[in-house]
Amino acid sequence: MDQTVQEAPAEQQAPHGDPNEIIIEARDVTVGFGGKTVLEHLNLDIRRGEILGFVGPSGAGKSVLLRTILGLNQKQEGTVKIFGTDIDNASDEDKTRVDMRMGVLFQHGALFSALTVLENVQVPMREYLDLPKELMDELAMLKIELVGLKRDAANKFPSELSGGMIKRAALARALALDPDVVFLDEPTSGLDPIGAADFDELVAKLRDTMGLTVYMVTHDLDSLFSVCDRVAVLGQKKVMVEGTIEEMLASEEPWVKSYFRGKRARQLDMETRS
Amino acid sequence: MLTTADTDASQPEAGREPDARAADVRPSIETREDGSTLHVALAGVWTTRMIGLVDKEMRELANREGGKLVLDLSGVSKMDTAGAWVVERLIAALSDKGTETEVTGGSEAASTLLDAVGESAHNKDEQPSGDTRNIVIRMLEAIGRGVYAMKDDFIASMNILGATIAGAQSKAGRAGHSVNITAIVHHIDKMGVGAIPVVVLMSAIVGAIVAQQGAFQLRYFGAEIFVVDLVGILVWRELGVLLTAIMIAGRSGSAITAEIGSMKMREEVDALKVIGLNPVGVLVFPRLVALVIAVPCLTIAANFAALGGAIFVTYMYSGISPETFIERMRATIDISTIFAGLIKAPFMALIIGTLASVEGMKVGGSAESLGARVTASVVKAIFVVIIVDGFFAIFYAAIDF
Repeated sequence: MDQTVQEAPAEQQAPHGDPNEIIIEARDVTVGFGGKTVLEHLNLDIRRGEILGFVGPSGAGKSVLLRTILGLNQKQEGTVKIFGTDIDNASDEDKTRVDMRMGVLFQHGALFSALTVLENVQVPMREYLDLPKELMDELAMLKIELVGLKRDAANKFPSELSGGMIKRAALARALALDPDVVFLDEPTSGLDPIGAADFDELVAKLRDTMGLTVYMVTHDLDSLFSVCDRVAVLGQKKVMVEGTIEEMLASEEPWVKSYFRGKRARQLDMETRS
Repeated sequence: MLTTADTDASQPEAGREPDARAADVRPSIETREDGSTLHVALAGVWTTRMIGLVDKEMRELANREGGKLVLDLSGVSKMDTAGAWVVERLIAALSDKGTETEVTGGSEAASTLLDAVGESAHNKDEQPSGDTRNIVIRMLEAIGRGVYAMKDDFIASMNILGATIAGAQSKAGRAGHSVNITAIVHHIDKMGVGAIPVVVLMSAIVGAIVAQQGAFQLRYFGAEIFVVDLVGILVWRELGVLLTAIMIAGRSGSAITAEIGSMKMREEVDALKVIGLNPVGVLVFPRLVALVIAVPCLTIAANFAALGGAIFVTYMYSGISPETFIERMRATIDISTIFAGLIKAPFMALIIGTLASVEGMKVGGSAESLGARVTASVVKAIFVVIIVDGFFAIFYAAIDF
């Protein structure tokens, strides 16, 4: 019975799953580089279907935590469980299965510069799925349109795209396999406020239609206020505060206070309250 | 409910075969004809991973003309955008043919998905198509583009050469600082001093080989001593400078292209321009000057190394003592032979540096273009160096140098 829960939780539940199920669980995570500890005994839960905003001062280790969850960094201690699978002790097959259910949008897009946008989106499909070419083209085109790009962008190379288009194309690639969870590393950095708001809206729309869980590292207060269900603040090598945006506003933690109730935040705050 | 699926999952090959683990939830289509109405009941898991199994069947359904089609989604346990796409594609194709469709039994999540995907399925915009022109025309186009690229290359090389000769950079009132000595010394160290071991070793080996081959052939005529003439003239006039130039084209030409190219990729070159510095002055000038100083010096080192190799081999192989070798060489080699080789060195340096810089400036946004440019830089530099060496030989013969 154990396995039923682990292997195929999605199939037996309502289409978008149980909202209280914890799909990513980090326990006691300690990461350091060259004797310097970046994260120490950090705990974090991500629940199905939520958009979790992750904030923290520059250099606090937000990207390190993201990379650790993805398995790109070695950790000294602790466990990370994704969909109930402990990725350190999982077999290669289980790891592949977990990888197929995750999509990542890197900060600078990380699109393959030698491939067109369409081919970029097809890379995960080619790797993991055995689909007819025609259907693969259609699905890739669908993903490109879903993220709000025009059809003629599909045959362009990443070097021919603007910053906002690169982010969207990278999101399309992250969504190629219809993952259950996507990780966004500063998705709105470098976008104009209108483009950033569009992107936030897009993320919210995709969450609603595809039942995505979103883990978003961001500095964008607008994003935090408009789309995030929950916010976690990283500081002093662990998750300092975790909760809804209202709880953040009520927090007395000095950094949280100055972040959410500082000069730049006050205006937004008033808008949302009024 | 999924107990059977679990037993499948525990089998070792289940991981490689994702549909084996969910054999009982694989997507299925059941059709039932009812007068002019076709009832289609969809069931199972309609996700990206499974959709390949039913793609063909769904395409066939789209061929139906007229009548009515009822899609029953109540059996679908899970659907994602890929499943929704296949359903919406069918609906769109049928509506084009005038067949009515009706969707029943879909969950709320499924209908949200269908709505989101529908927009794209009904989008009648032309798919961007590839090049459909005649192969002859495309070939001619490639040739034409090649010729124009050659012209552009030539102009760019002349541009860089001209800018270099004009000086490092022409910033008003700072004439005294216009030549950056530190940068030039740095590049001489990197491209000149750093290349000494490999150039010396390579030249010594080639000198030794030429001497051995020459001695072996001349032995039949009892004229082994003339191997000194052969090696002396060959090394001083041609081999030393040519080997050095080829080695530097491979070693430093590629480095220059890669350095300038990656700066171009990350807009560092543009930043220089905006700050008011001339990229040619800052990036190309010190490298070119360093090459023009380093290559002749390396050529001298290469010449001596080659002669050293030759002396060693003629002594071991033919018993010509080093004293005899040097005596004989002094008789055959005069100062013009030595300069005939050395004069070429700065020209080779200019060619290598200019071509490498031009290719570096041509790097676009992708990692692939960087690789292509570095390759082009090395190939072009070696090719042009050999051609120019040939021109020098013709020129020297004409003026009896």
